[in-house]
Amino acid sequence: MVSKRSVDSKAQQERQKQQMARGLPKQKPIAGVKQVIVVASGKGGVGKSTTAVNLALALMANDQSKSAGLLDVDVYGPSVPRLMNLKGNPELSDDNRMVPLTNYGVPCMSMGFLVEDASPIVWRGLMVMSAVERLLRQVDWGSLDYLVVDMPPGTGDVQLSVTQNIPIAGAVIVSTPQDIALLDAHRGAEMFKKVNVPVLGLVQNMSVFQCPNCQHQTHIFGSDGARQLADTLGISFLGDIPLHLNIREMSDKGQPVVVSCPDSTLVRYLISQSHGSI
Amino acid sequence: NKMIPHGEQAGKSASCQGCPNQNLCASGATKAPDPAIAEIGEKLSSVKHKILVLSGKGGVGKSTFSAHLAHALASDSTKEVALLDVDICGPSIPRIMGLEGEQVHQSGSGWSPVYVDDNLAVMSIGFLLSSPDDAVIWRGPKKNGMIKQFLKDVDWGELDYLIVDTPPGTSDEHLSIVQYLSSTPVDGAVIITTPQEVSLQDVRKEIRFCQKVKLPIIGVVENMSGFVCPKCKNTSQIFPPSSGGAEKMCRDLNLPLLGKVPLDPRIAQSCDEGKSFLNQVPDSPAAKVYQNVVQSIQDYCLNRATEVQSAT
Repeated sequence: MVSKRSVDSKAQQERQKQQMARGLPKQKPIAGVKQVIVVASGKGGVGKSTTAVNLALALMANDQSKSAGLLDVDVYGPSVPRLMNLKGNPELSDDNRMVPLTNYGVPCMSMGFLVEDASPIVWRGLMVMSAVERLLRQVDWGSLDYLVVDMPPGTGDVQLSVTQNIPIAGAVIVSTPQDIALLDAHRGAEMFKKVNVPVLGLVQNMSVFQCPNCQHQTHIFGSDGARQLADTLGISFLGDIPLHLNIREMSDKGQPVVVSCPDSTLVRYLISQSHGSI
Repeated sequence: NKMIPHGEQAGKSASCQGCPNQNLCASGATKAPDPAIAEIGEKLSSVKHKILVLSGKGGVGKSTFSAHLAHALASDSTKEVALLDVDICGPSIPRIMGLEGEQVHQSGSGWSPVYVDDNLAVMSIGFLLSSPDDAVIWRGPKKNGMIKQFLKDVDWGELDYLIVDTPPGTSDEHLSIVQYLSSTPVDGAVIITTPQEVSLQDVRKEIRFCQKVKLPIIGVVENMSGFVCPKCKNTSQIFPPSSGGAEKMCRDLNLPLLGKVPLDPRIAQSCDEGKSFLNQVPDSPAAKVYQNVVQSIQDYCLNRATEVQSAT
């Protein structure tokens, strides 16, 4: 038998929850987009943007009937334009929404298209919030099966704004093997748990470097840490990505490795991983 | 930035519509300077040299560099050194300094920083968390409050050097630290980058930010600059300087390049273990570059001090 007191406290908890939710934005899907996948970390410089770019391309390469878009919400350091070799200001559609720029078949939107290259965005969190809302709501994506969202480092304003505003199918967390990076990746995973976003898994980037001269392998940033963290957190380990010359050289040129070296074992591996996790 | 209404226009322009801060700006309350700024100026008047470590890009080695700069400066036992970590969301400093799990104590004269050595003190939000893995999911205004407290309420004592490690970007933390330090002299900023264009792109923004807020730049350090295979000694450019690296950027922007630090797996290892890389492998080429960079920074600070003295 359920006591009156426990029913009361449950009802009270529900009321409290509703009251607290009143100030928060309502979660609403982005028009035309079926599933949103965020690529995040917590730590900077681990390869989120590179992974996001290649994930979007791999999803399409894996299944030609699927469409994928790429949204770069790193307002301070938008890397997607360079990685996708895209430049220019977006045009406006008839209903005043921004039209994404497309390359390699992937429509992209980024703060980088809206500001001059060397101009810093010196904004406090509140202004960033409205910019992120614009990037989420005022883009004419058309109809997409997947929207891959490249997040900035950290667990702050941008992460909160994105997770509060739109439903997210899952998050892919990227890290390097170093403990320092994994600490932040752990925080990132915890954040997603708190905001009820399923974590699809953890990718271990920059896992190993093979000397082009003698083929000797060096684990420059440590080894295996991400695998252990995935175990500890009970999330899938999505795989290792080595410091491959192609990824590094092609990034600055704006030729994502999935496009420039589609037949490489590395790319086939990335594609199979993306298929497995989505 | 012409896009942001300020001064008389604050809160009243069309683009202010809907901003949660609108009423506050329009009321004029934001025009009055924060009294905390003067307080902080007072409090830090006993700090001889303040150095900010910035980047713009994440993961280039700011924290690694800040920590080792602190270690190097503190190797002179006559100098008092402190390291302040204002990366609220991703505080790496406690781990790198081997202080994970340490707690901050409060005394009559304020918060007591955590001491690595007698002459090396550290403060980070990491010390205020109940567990090192706790996520700090805060919006800007809350982060600003924390940074204000770090500057106002920590009992630093008399310091020769205060080093401030920052998160990537040009956001709340950066604006706050510059604002709160505005009534006290800051020697300058050290900018960290890696050789790729993807990094330099963000670093150029950070440099512009420094110029906008009139923060002098001591110089640029190019990290992860080349890797020597331990087996065959062949040098590879793991992060190729496709657009000329930091060298070209410094030439273009007329900034000193303080050094190019090669990749050494032992650096990451030392950081993970909380030990000073400069102690563990002092003969590594990377350690030698670090020492040169530290020397340049020391020279810069001393020169500035002499300039200021001769000017007054």
